[in-house]
Amino acid sequence: MAHQNQGLQMLTANRLRDGDVLYRKGDGWVLLLAQADIYPDQAGADAALAAATAELARNEFVAPYLFEVREVNGKIVPVKEREIIRAAGPTVHPHTGKQAGQLNA
Amino acid sequence: MLNTLVKAVAPNMYRYDEFDAQFVGERVNQFAGQVARRLSGELTEDQFKPLRLMNGLYLQLHAYMLRIAVPYGTLSSKQMRKLAHIARTYDKNFGHFTTRTNLQFNWIKLVDVPKILRELADVEMHCIQTSGNCVRNVTSDQFAGATDEEIEDPRPLAEIIRQWSSLHPEFVFLARKFKIAVGATETDRAALQWHDMAVQIVKNAQGRVGYKVMAGGGMGRTPYIAHVMSEFVEREDILAYLEAVLRVYNQDSRRDNIHKQRIKILINAIGPEEMRRRVQREFEELKRMGTLQLPREELDRITAYFAAPKFEPGLSDIIPDAGPDFADWVKTNVHKHKAPGYAIATITLKTPGQVPGDATSEQMDTIADLMDQFSLGEVRVTHEQNLVLPHVRKRDLPAIYAKLRELDFASPNAGLITDIIACPGLDYCDLANARSIPIAQKLAKRFENLTRQHQIGELKIKISGCINACGHHHAGHIGILGVDKKGVEFYQLVLGGSGAEDASVGTIMGPGFGEHEIADAVERVVDVYLAERKDGERFLDTYRRIGMEKFKAAAYQGAAAA
Repeated sequence: MAHQNQGLQMLTANRLRDGDVLYRKGDGWVLLLAQADIYPDQAGADAALAAATAELARNEFVAPYLFEVREVNGKIVPVKEREIIRAAGPTVHPHTGKQAGQLNA
Repeated sequence: MLNTLVKAVAPNMYRYDEFDAQFVGERVNQFAGQVARRLSGELTEDQFKPLRLMNGLYLQLHAYMLRIAVPYGTLSSKQMRKLAHIARTYDKNFGHFTTRTNLQFNWIKLVDVPKILRELADVEMHCIQTSGNCVRNVTSDQFAGATDEEIEDPRPLAEIIRQWSSLHPEFVFLARKFKIAVGATETDRAALQWHDMAVQIVKNAQGRVGYKVMAGGGMGRTPYIAHVMSEFVEREDILAYLEAVLRVYNQDSRRDNIHKQRIKILINAIGPEEMRRRVQREFEELKRMGTLQLPREELDRITAYFAAPKFEPGLSDIIPDAGPDFADWVKTNVHKHKAPGYAIATITLKTPGQVPGDATSEQMDTIADLMDQFSLGEVRVTHEQNLVLPHVRKRDLPAIYAKLRELDFASPNAGLITDIIACPGLDYCDLANARSIPIAQKLAKRFENLTRQHQIGELKIKISGCINACGHHHAGHIGILGVDKKGVEFYQLVLGGSGAEDASVGTIMGPGFGEHEIADAVERVVDVYLAERKDGERFLDTYRRIGMEKFKAAAYQGAAAA
């Protein structure tokens, strides 16, 4: 997946215990895309993915992968609809998910 | 709740015996142990994934999704209240009824799953075999046991198949999933011909009851209608025959290519005649062994659980007058029952603007009350993502309707253009390419006018967010398939499918429409139908008579197809 992406990228995964969407920041994870690291080049993105993959044995998160983002009006947004929805929550239930401020501790 | 004094009614449905309770309890303990081992790191994700899938637990876009089996769509009020409780306690206060007549929760935490499974076991429910490469939840006719059309109630056989196929040692690791449906009427409400295997209860020329067996139907990437394997299988032979079909599939299916692993691919590769020959050979071997005969007393024992309720005699057969809105609802949502003075009532979870198949905890609780007060404690889940009260007195219909209005579940649209099937799509599903639900909502609002809906008549729209076809788009009179083009959603139109007794595979019209174009395209297709139809023709009939061309020309008029 990493080598199919172009431009700005971010790294995501799901938390093991509750499935919540995570984003990579430094050598840890945050719950909101807006707070996460952006990798401007492939080398940085690959390094972050490699580090996360090495941490899978900690059993805190699953299925890390890179995805493309872009800057729109000064804001970082995912390129693909899928990642926009993952970052916010289901479009049909705006009262649920991160878009509604529902962050699992 | 309708009335806190409403007493839970125990409907006539299968109840766990000691063995069932022990089996499910042990399975809960086993999976609780597996969850604990995963959380502690003793199991890797690769090791855990097939185990969780066999227990109906998926990891979706936002959280885990738990799929709960509703065998042949039958739920008691006690079970419905438990689902409401789970939604309230462990999820976000709503659940989603699916096209496989199951219920899904979308916001489940892995750490809560053992507790949820224990709560489900308390009301004789589980998630076993709602996912994975095994025999899935057996589905049936939502009017079973209530309609006068059926030869006999199909649920006893569905229950026997459920028991036979649950953790069947030979069929726990099939090449792919395997879906079975059972029906007993000429009118097919269970999409029999779209199943991996289906049984239709029939009578032969001598008037003896037996089973017509079909196999090789399926949706997904390569849609096929099932072939008849046998026109008539004797009662006592049915399990041996079904086992023969599954055994041939298990032995001969391709396991090297995920797109060619379903039984439909096998049958269409070797031809139905060759498949019948192989099945017959296995069947004769099984018969010779004599180990899978279905004893009459066992069939009777299971059938007794589903005995017809004691319907009140002497009831009026007249539906009371309760105004024009009620009359509209009766026209589409109330169906003939076999007992005088009774009716079958469909609750469409499809009020225009709603998410098809969704119900909140409060709505589930109130429906449970309605079940107890008016329908002998029972409800059915349909593959069209609706609910059915199977046994209601006609005199109670106005009270039921009034309560459904309060719930916003009183839309008079069963079978009409706004009674749309939609899979969860990209709003939830990890496999989806595009959203389904917003398109369903948009179309339902577009065609909300009831006069127009009746003018259009029976028209089934079915929407899938990917080629896996959970939204049955191949079987829609108008099907819609969501596709991804460089991260953007597009929607292909598929015309002429049917999931009924006149089953057919829809034809893809051409390139997809953008999210904001698809409703206009559907409307133009419907307008062609209204202009071209002859007296009494449904949309499907007109399409079959005139073909794709005029619909296609209209649909693409002014659209920037991609």
